[in-house]
Formats: sequence, C-alpha cells, structure tokens
Amino acid sequence: MRAFWREYAENRVALAALAVVVLIVGAALLAPWVAPQDPYDLANLDLMDARRPPGFVGSSGYAHLLGTDAQGRDLLSAILYGLRISLQMGLAAGTVALTVGALLGIVAAQAGGWVETAIMRVVDLQLSFPAILLALVLVAVLGQGKTQLVIALVAAQYAYFARTAYGAASAERRKDYVEAAAATPLSTLHIVLRHVLPNVLPPLIVVATVQVANAISLEATLSFLGLGLPPTEPSLGMLIANGFQYMMSGRTWISVYPGIALIVLIVAINLVGDQLRDQTNPRLRR
Amino acid sequence: MTAPLLEVTDLRTHFFTRAGVAKAVDGVSFSLAPGEILGLVGESGSGKTVTGFSLLGLVDPPGRIAGGSIRFDGRELVGLPAEEMRALRGQRIAMVFQDPQATLNPVLTIGTQMTLALQAHGRVSGRAAAERAGAMLTRVGIPEAASRLSNYPHEFSGGMRQRVAIAMALLNGPDLIVADEPTTALDVSIQAQILAEMKTLAKESGTALVWISHDLATVSSLADRVLVMYAGRIVESGPVGEVLRAPLHPYTRGLLDSLPAMAEPGQRLRQIQGAAPSLLALPPGCPFAPRCARASDICATPPPAVERAGRLALCHHPLDAAA
Amino acid sequence: MTDLVEAAGLTRRFDPRLSIGDRIAALFGAPVETRPVRAVTDVSFAIRQGETLGLVGESGCGKSTLGRMVAGILPPTSGGIRLDGAPVMERGRKTTTRIQTVFQDPFASLNPRRRIGATISEGPIAHGLITRVAAPAFVADWLARVGLDPAVAQRFPHQFSGGQRQRVAIARALAMQPDILVCDEPVASLDVSIQAQILNLFLDLRQALGLTCLFISHDLSVVRHVSDRVAIMYLGRIVEVGPAAEVYGAPRHPYTQGLLDSVPKLRLDANAVTFRPIAGELPSPLSPPPGCAFHPRCPRATELCRRERPALAPRPGGIEVACHHA
Repeated sequence: MRAFWREYAENRVALAALAVVVLIVGAALLAPWVAPQDPYDLANLDLMDARRPPGFVGSSGYAHLLGTDAQGRDLLSAILYGLRISLQMGLAAGTVALTVGALLGIVAAQAGGWVETAIMRVVDLQLSFPAILLALVLVAVLGQGKTQLVIALVAAQYAYFARTAYGAASAERRKDYVEAAAATPLSTLHIVLRHVLPNVLPPLIVVATVQVANAISLEATLSFLGLGLPPTEPSLGMLIANGFQYMMSGRTWISVYPGIALIVLIVAINLVGDQLRDQTNPRLRR
Repeated sequence: MTAPLLEVTDLRTHFFTRAGVAKAVDGVSFSLAPGEILGLVGESGSGKTVTGFSLLGLVDPPGRIAGGSIRFDGRELVGLPAEEMRALRGQRIAMVFQDPQATLNPVLTIGTQMTLALQAHGRVSGRAAAERAGAMLTRVGIPEAASRLSNYPHEFSGGMRQRVAIAMALLNGPDLIVADEPTTALDVSIQAQILAEMKTLAKESGTALVWISHDLATVSSLADRVLVMYAGRIVESGPVGEVLRAPLHPYTRGLLDSLPAMAEPGQRLRQIQGAAPSLLALPPGCPFAPRCARASDICATPPPAVERAGRLALCHHPLDAAA
Repeated sequence: MTDLVEAAGLTRRFDPRLSIGDRIAALFGAPVETRPVRAVTDVSFAIRQGETLGLVGESGCGKSTLGRMVAGILPPTSGGIRLDGAPVMERGRKTTTRIQTVFQDPFASLNPRRRIGATISEGPIAHGLITRVAAPAFVADWLARVGLDPAVAQRFPHQFSGGQRQRVAIARALAMQPDILVCDEPVASLDVSIQAQILNLFLDLRQALGLTCLFISHDLSVVRHVSDRVAIMYLGRIVEVGPAAEVYGAPRHPYTQGLLDSVPKLRLDANAVTFRPIAGELPSPLSPPPGCAFHPRCPRATELCRRERPALAPRPGGIEVACHHA
C-alpha cells in the first residue's frame, strides 16, 4: 500500500489532480460551513443583488467573490452547494452501477453458456448505443427527482462495469489459483466471493473513478437541458443553464464559473483515474 | 591453441535500480578460441544471461556495463558506438534466444526475413539470397526448406521455429554465436535433435559458441569448456569432463548432487541449503558462504582464484584440499 | 497391494468453441477449425495403495489433461475414475476431498491477494476439518512441516521465492489430509538447487503421511527418482507402463527407447557424447496418424503399424506395452 502510494506520488500531475479532487470534495462536504450564504434559503436572497459582477459587495455586507446570479444568489455559495449535489449524484450512480455491473459481469463469466450469451449481448447492445440518449428517454419517462435521475444514470453506465467485470472475471477464472480452489473442492459461491471478486475489484475501481466523472457530466447535461433535478436544488448543470441566457448580455460569470468548476472536477477525477489505471495495469509495469 | 577470438576481462554489468545497484555481472573474465564451444551454467539470477547480453551490447537501462573489457578479434566492444555494434551483430556475432519469437518478425515470411538479413550486411541479389537461405534451412534440419521460405513464423512448430532462428543466426557466417537457453522451452526429443545439429554445425563452420543454460547435462553433452556462475561471478571454470567429474568449488559439487540422476531412485538428494542471495544484498567475501557446508570465518573475505592445470575456482576451501 | 485409484477408458475431447459467426462461416467453407482435439484417448490404469505412479510425456501428449481428470478438475468426455470404487466426479463436480493437487507454477496457483495462512486454512475450514479458532495453530503446524517459518502466515505470495511458494502450495494440498496427491510438474519451474529441496520435501512427506501419488513430469530423471511405476504417454495414449526400474532399464516401446536416448547425459569423462534423437516431430492431435500413432517416427514401423493400432498388452516383468514389434 505504501509502495503504491509512493509510485502514485511520483506523477506530479496525478498528485496535483488528487489534491484538487480532495479540495473540491472537502469544500462541497463542508459547504454549509464555508459558503458565505445558504443559497436554498430564499430569505437570504435579495433581488437587488441579482446579476452583480464578481467582487460586488451586496446588501448582506460581504463581497460576492464570483458575483451573483439572476436570483441574487452568491455564485460561490451556489457552486459549492451545486458541487455537493453533483458529487452526490455521481457517487450514488457510480456505486449502484458498479454493484449491478459487477454482479452481471461475474455471473456471466461464471455461468457461461446461454446465460453468458444473454447478458453479454444485452451489454454489448447497450454499449453501442449513446448513453445520453438512453438517460434522456428514461428521465423523460420516469420524471424528475433524485431517485429517478440515479436510475437513469445507472442504466446508462452499468454496461461499462459489466464489460470490465466480465473481462476480468473470465481472465481470473482461467488462472491456476481458481482451478486450485475448485480442485479442493470449494463451492462456486465461495470461489467467486473469496477468489474471483477480490481480483476483479481493482480494475472495477479504476473504471469507477472515471465513471463517476462521467455520471457527473451526464447529470450536468440532463440538468442543463432541464430534465435533471428540480430547480429548488440546483446542481452545476442547472447553474450553467440558468446563466446561459445572460451570456450575450456580457454577464458571462453566471455560466462560466460553474462551468469551470465542473470542468476542473471532471478533469481532475479523470487524471486520478488514468494514474490508477496505469498503476494497476501489469503490462505497463516496469 | 590459436589466439583467442573473444577475451573478456573483469566484466562488470550493473543494474542501477531504485532499490540499489544490482551487480548482475561482477568481475567476469574468460576467453574463447575460434570454433570452441563454451558452456555457461548457473541458476536464475546468476548473471549468465546478462553476461551473454553484455557480449552483444544488448544490456538495456537501468543496466549498463560499468567496467571491464570485451575484446572480440582484437577489437574492444565496450564503449563501441551503437552503430558499429549493430553492424557487428548479425554479421560476425549472432544471438539465439530462448524464445525464437524474439528474433522472428511475425508479419514477414521466413524467406523475406532471411533475405533482408543477408542484404543488410552485403550486396546480394534476391535470388542468390533465397538460395542461401534455403540451403541454410536445410542445414539446420528443416525438411523441404525451399518451399518453407514462403511460410510465416507461426506456421512452424516450436522446435522448427527455433531451428529457423538458428539458421538466421548462422546466415552471415558469424564467428561467434551466443545462445541463451535455446532448447529450454523444447521437448527432449526435439532438444536432442537440435543439440546434435548444433554440434555438427559448430564443427563444420568453425563458429565459436557460447551456450548459456541452467542444465548441466545439456551443457556437458555439448560444450568443450564450462563456466559455472553464481551471484554474478564465475566460481569455477575448466574442461567439462574434469569439472563435472571432480569439481573444485562446493557450489558446483552441490549443483551436481542436486540432480536426481546422481542419486539412487527414491533416496533423498544431497541438496544445497537455502536460496541464492539477493544481488542487492550480497554477503561480504564469498557469496556462496551462507549456503556452503565447508564455509569458515575466512570465507567472509574475498575468495582467492585457485588454479589447477587449466582449471580455475574462486574458493577458500576447494574440494581437492583438506576441509 | 490394492488398487486405490482406478481409471477406466478415460477419454477427453476438446471441441473448438465456435461462435455463431464461425459456424456460419464454416458452412460457407471458411477455414474454421471444427475438428475436436483428442487430448486423451481410452486410457486405463490403476494406482495402488501407497505407490507413486510417474506419468511422462512430451508437451501435448495429454499428461496434464489426464492429471486434471484424476484430480477431479476436468470431467472426462467418457470413461471414469474411481477412488475405492466410488466415482471422483459426479455431474461435472468433484465429490471427494481425498485427492488433492500441487500445480506446476507456484506463481499462478496461489491467489495473489490472499495471505498464505488463509490460503492454507480455507479448504480445511470449508470442509469442517478444523474450526476457524484452530486455524492459526493448524497453519503454523503445516508451515513448519513444509520447512517454512510459521511467522510468515500473514504474508502475501509475492513476498516469497518460487521454491517457498511451492512449499506453500504443498502445504495447502496436504492440509486437506488427502490420501492421493496429484503433482502436475511440481518442480518444472524451479532452479536445480531448489528443485532438489522440493523433491526431498516431497519424499519426506510422502513417507511420513503414507501418500499415494500421481507424479506428472516431462523430466525423465525426476520421474525416475520419485516413482515406483512409470507410464509413458504419446499422443493421448499410454504406450508403455510398468515398474520404473523395468521401463528405464529395459524400455520395450521404441518411443520410450528414443525418449531415454534423447535425454542429455552428464558427461563425467573426456569422451564426446553422441546423440540418437528420435526423427521427426509430434503429429497434430487434430489428425493423429492411423494405426500406431508413433509409426511415422518409428525406425521399426511396418505395414502392420500403419494399418492397425497396437493395444496395451502385458509382457514379462510386469510391463505393459502397446507395440506390434516389442
């Protein structure tokens, strides 16, 4: 574990990316305490403060570092709270998709025969289909809400996990130590839980980091299109959408700052995921 | 004996790794006459393969030749520019690897590869090259050689592929072939065929051969002289028959006694205790001392080179002396 | 001595796994390999209580497939293996713990993410041989018996050398208290000095535990050293089987003779060594030659050999040979 961390720390970019992720997640978690304002509390808002540029000192008596939006919300506070929701959605969707995908992938690899064919055909079919389209249709059918959104995101993403889990599990299944366990004999369930799963998990976790980033961006896209979460709890995507109509009037900050926050988060998570992938890929090992 | 073709003096090939300097080859000296077959024996990590690679200038970073000299036909190879080394390789020095895939290009036919190898070292017409290639395949025992020139490497069996690799090595009539465990991956019956052919080929063409192997029996049936390596050093050298009949170094003795063929069936083998030391943490003095039954306090100091009529051993307590 | 393990008419075929695309392509005459590989064909033998049967052959002769069937890992296509009269496998599943296996590659046969203590104790716990509470003492005992420091139970496989891992693999197999040990090339990947240590460990434990063994190897001298009886395989069939001293001392089958002649001998004098290798190569198991499978390489082959496959028949000295001319 220590050696793993030392190798990780050798890549400066990945180290910086990890720091950014930790910083953003920390700020989002601590939003109620670090944000200057509770953007969901309408009593805090003053329309006189609406659409003010960064640095404006509003009626509450403090400077709005990133300006305010159309409702007079402090944009920094809105972004911090928005990150909270985005991360929440991304992690929830990622975890559920990981569980569902791993289950399907391992079952397919272990069962073989028609079960394998059936599961993997569906997965392949879905991988060839744009994820955003599927998510759009599902959200439109299921309606708005956090649960509905997570379901849509999971449906759009579990196939990646299933593919990865299937590939890793079929490779592990052929290895001698699995054969040795079968020759003892140990039950299939025991072999899957104690031998196959622990060795399939590392590649899945790598996929998970990247897929969390994808889920966040997918959620932002849906919210931007007005299909995501209700406007009472604006995620980053909705903040961007809200500011979009003011782009032409020169009040670009309302969209741009949430956009930058989104991009930084997604790029940072992806960089961390890339490094993890390189480090766990035996073919790239020195 | 004529002037040596190859003279290696105090060769040191070290690997500068994150964990420290691994002295894979540390002070190896030997010489080789034209047409001579030299066996290089040792267990994994003994430095036998790195020695072979050093001869051809094939040591990759973090390893490099840290000192010593390799004189080939009067020419110093250590520090030779990569360009000149490449010209020498394939022309006058050739290598055969354990895995023939390492030398054969999977997307070119055997004929094309052999023609390219010939043309890289001299002006040869396509037809003449094909003729020489076919003749060479016949010499290494490949039936219907002419028609097999148009085959790809994967169309050959493992044994045939190794023959093709040997034919490629012989193609330009090299003075020296370095063969690294060339028959280890092959079945005994195929190994026997290749050993038999190697022996005749070396005799006929006058090519000197360095045969690297972990297998004492293979080396003993092929080589004239043998070098036994342990932890980066040559611990014993001499004519094969004499070294194996009455080894001077306790490690050579232990290696021989480890062979099931040397014991009565079903009886315990006289094993060597322990395992080879890490190259990163070699004991002071004799590296074999911690495993050696004859070791004494003096073995913590560098062992002397004991000479006995053309034989050499690095040991404080050689086996022909009283323990 | 009674027969502990009995294999009768063992056959294992591997059918190529064809996708739907391959099947369609094959219908239109594409060069898709549809022939099954006959890895093992109609092999019968017995292992007596307390003896070690050595199984020798070159790569592709089916010795590993045969070993995997005896170990209960691979169900035979036809025929069966009985242990004390009871089948080893039923409906594709192994039904006994009395047969355990040591595999060739100790780097692959140990789960890289499991501590070796857990690797050794998991089988005995799962089968109720020991309780979870008793496991640490049990593991320490087995580590000591295979010559490892009991304190290493908490380590992972990558912290061990090849020889040490093979000791762990032996401990895992023996911890199940088997009567029969199947060893599939257990020393092939080890250095000579380490190989000697593992062979000694095997000899010691075999005697101490009164084990019956099937010892598979391509190395003729290793098999000679550990075996009471030896079976020689060629292209999926046993061609010669008998007491080790007989088979090695006076080989009857031309293949056995050629194989023994091919092994490089230690040269202990100044005399040059001459080789008498077997000519030719192993035929493909996809299309074994008709008649005796060895006839294309055999110096004694006649018209009869090309036409008719010789059956394994008893000869004096307790040997059985499948050859028209032996």
